[in-house]
Amino acid sequence: MPVNEIAGKQISVNEEGFLTKYDEWDEEVAKVLAKQIDIEMTDAHWKIIKFLREDFKTEGETATSRRVQTVGGVPVKEQFALFPKKPAKKMAYIAGLPKPKGCV
Amino acid sequence: MTPEIVPNFGSDNPDRKLAIICSKGNLDMAYPGLILANAALGEGVETMLFFTFWGFDMITKSRMNDLQFSPAGNTAMHLPGSDMHIPQAMMPAPGMTAVATKMLKKQIADLDVPEVPDFLDQIVAAGGHLWACRMSADMNKLTMSDLREDVEGIISASDFIEMTDGAQLLFI
Repeated sequence: MPVNEIAGKQISVNEEGFLTKYDEWDEEVAKVLAKQIDIEMTDAHWKIIKFLREDFKTEGETATSRRVQTVGGVPVKEQFALFPKKPAKKMAYIAGLPKPKGCV
Repeated sequence: MTPEIVPNFGSDNPDRKLAIICSKGNLDMAYPGLILANAALGEGVETMLFFTFWGFDMITKSRMNDLQFSPAGNTAMHLPGSDMHIPQAMMPAPGMTAVATKMLKKQIADLDVPEVPDFLDQIVAAGGHLWACRMSADMNKLTMSDLREDVEGIISASDFIEMTDGAQLLFI
């Protein structure tokens, strides 16, 4: 398993660079991850990232865009504005979670 | 220390386009196009959907909430969670379509997959484009006022072909 040094910490990642250990993530790490993919974090971004972290704790899997809208309360359109082109994967990456598995 | 690994979120082909022709109005056949459109948009692919023939029901306001599923003629239809078939001869029985539709809708909802109109809302929100077929509109005597507000226009087949120059194309 590869290890990246992020925000001064040794962080386990998979072959694509997604974090593999839920507890190795913190907000400092998220800031670095966001910067690496050219996302400037605002309150609106944090709201989604925090929802994804909480939702993962109870559901055991990463929320899809659909779920971020219906349960997290952030419309799909806004997700695309905040995390352009590939919102679901970018959100999961910054939240330190696996890519969502669901098709929808 | 191993080198930094950062996912590649830039597409190798930023101009990739996908065109999906939706020609079926059965509930089960409405979904493949919607799921693929939604997936493509989520990958940053520009996506256009063209609704034609029976697929026109997916965008017609008076019909889009009532798409149905019939097991008649579908020999792959088996009872949920089993390999058992119901004999085809029983499929046209009264009420069979209603029961099968209800069952399919429940299975879809259980996966948190939206109903067709909601799904199209999501596709448009994600940047998808909806177009209606001119010939289908004329045959059904329908105009823009009969269709979802976010349908961008009623266009001819040749307009659609021209518009989707260079796109990958799916016919469903």
